[in-house]
Amino acid sequence: MAGDILNIGGRAVTNRLFVGTGKFSGYEVMRRSLEEAGAEVATVALRRVDSASGAENILSYIPKGCFVMPNTSGARNADEAVRIARLARAGGSGDWVKIEVIQDNKYLLPDNMETLKATESLAREGFKPFPYMSPDLSMARRMADAGAAAVMPLGSPIGSNRGVRTRELIEILIKEIKIPVIVDAGLGKPSDACDCMEMGCAAVLINTAIAIAEDPVGMAGAFSEAVKAGRRAYLAGLPATSAHASASSPLTGFLREGK
Amino acid sequence: MGFYEVYSRYKNFQGFPDDAETRDFLGALSQEGCASMEEMAEKSRRLTLRHFGRVMQLYTPMYLSNYCENNCLYCGFSYDNDIERRRLGFEEVKKEAAFISGKGIKHILILTGESRTESPVSYIKSCVRILKDHFSSISIEVYPLTEEEYSELVSEGADGLTIYQEVYDEDIYGRMHPSGPKSDYRFRLDAPERGAAAGMRSVNIGTLLGLNDWRKEAFVLGLHAKYLQDKFPGVEIGVSLPRIRPQVRGFKAAYDVTDKDMVRIILALRTFLPRLGISISTRETAGLRERLIPLGVTRMSAGSTTRVGGHTIEVPDGGASSQFEISDERTVDEIRAMLDKKGYQAVFKDWMNI
Repeated sequence: MAGDILNIGGRAVTNRLFVGTGKFSGYEVMRRSLEEAGAEVATVALRRVDSASGAENILSYIPKGCFVMPNTSGARNADEAVRIARLARAGGSGDWVKIEVIQDNKYLLPDNMETLKATESLAREGFKPFPYMSPDLSMARRMADAGAAAVMPLGSPIGSNRGVRTRELIEILIKEIKIPVIVDAGLGKPSDACDCMEMGCAAVLINTAIAIAEDPVGMAGAFSEAVKAGRRAYLAGLPATSAHASASSPLTGFLREGK
Repeated sequence: MGFYEVYSRYKNFQGFPDDAETRDFLGALSQEGCASMEEMAEKSRRLTLRHFGRVMQLYTPMYLSNYCENNCLYCGFSYDNDIERRRLGFEEVKKEAAFISGKGIKHILILTGESRTESPVSYIKSCVRILKDHFSSISIEVYPLTEEEYSELVSEGADGLTIYQEVYDEDIYGRMHPSGPKSDYRFRLDAPERGAAAGMRSVNIGTLLGLNDWRKEAFVLGLHAKYLQDKFPGVEIGVSLPRIRPQVRGFKAAYDVTDKDMVRIILALRTFLPRLGISISTRETAGLRERLIPLGVTRMSAGSTTRVGGHTIEVPDGGASSQFEISDERTVDEIRAMLDKKGYQAVFKDWMNI
């Protein structure tokens, strides 16, 4: 595992578990969870950041060594996402931005068209966009061409904890897309995260499953280990699996007859 | 098709809904006894955690004006009530805003009575313009407006609309609102839809519990929320469940709504619409509010007053000019500490002017 570096958006990352900071019962438990996960990247919703008032600021609870990727949560179209990203950068958060454009409050599924538009605009402005998207090959290609630093396809709807329901589509993205594929949303168990890493994802992003666990810190550690195990298995080369035993060769066995 | 057509279908509660979800919702509201409540509560808690997390959004109401042309039988601001009438001047609005935002609150809900002469849309717009400097999200709870008027307020910086139908039963509505513009049932019923169409980010509806059989009202409220969610998927839809409180006129609620009934409504709504915002205001007691938190509530008011200028202007009238009496009088800091103790993070800011 040593030397297994993920070069992404101009940075070198060793921990492939990215952690979201919403839904925690408090900033202190969030901080300890990030520490336990050894997270090097944490996403923060700019809509929740209150830097102007004297109120507690979420950013002061992000551990040292953990890079903050602001997200555009709350944006309903490309224009709003772009404006939120600009506000984040003006606030000193750097060039990374996770683009979330959601027009659907029932399932929180992303609007790929508007997300693409925001990716194009923000890449032109020098951002490193990480678009959260529904896994669709041609859309992912367009996002990559537009300058996305990675694509972040959903495993299943945000907060659903249903695991990788979009497996076939994500496998296609991993195979075809040249930029990193980071599964975001819907991963409910450490085994789901492990599964993604075994498939060859570059990283995963987990929020709800850690934040609402009875013991978020313990769960953060469990996810961290699962991500490492999955990555290690991927690098070790998983043996190909087959749906059925194949002791004989019913179709081609005749070629060996009479040997 | 507007929501009136949906309401009309269930007006007399004859026959059953076609789809299973709506039938289950009706079933959940209709049950008697407590036998299945713990199970429902566990499911509701799980759904709420998954969709909203261990957080509670806080907001504070700010009353701008109590001039009113309506005569709602249950309201302290009714035209016939002999109370001191007041509308905040812009300097007073600034003072109230500075006081409330100084407590950490970033979501404000501004309210007026219904008077197009004393609190016209132009006045509300001017207030929104002032409040933008102090708050990251501004919701309005004023008389029903046209879509164009809602658009004007959205352009000015308002992002949330709260408007309660008060009572969905059309006949009772007529009796409760005998005069004034509010007697137009349909114009009010379609207001949430006009606000959503005008670009409001969140729309909050409600029924004033106690004016009718709570089961019927909660059922139609749920249908209304679902109708809005389906029609405006980009808008956050929420509900409030205000129970009638004492006010200067001494109106007595015709129907009892017990704490158990409140819980049943919350559980049924959460299971029916997992992403629905649910607000519980300071009308309810501190003790009950705390018990309702894990059951599905997502928003609470804190540090409230229901009097115009109630945060910064002293009026020695013993509360006579309040819209209604509040029950939970704890400060914002006390509410924050209580939430922390219960394992919930108080969220003061969840949006910003962009």
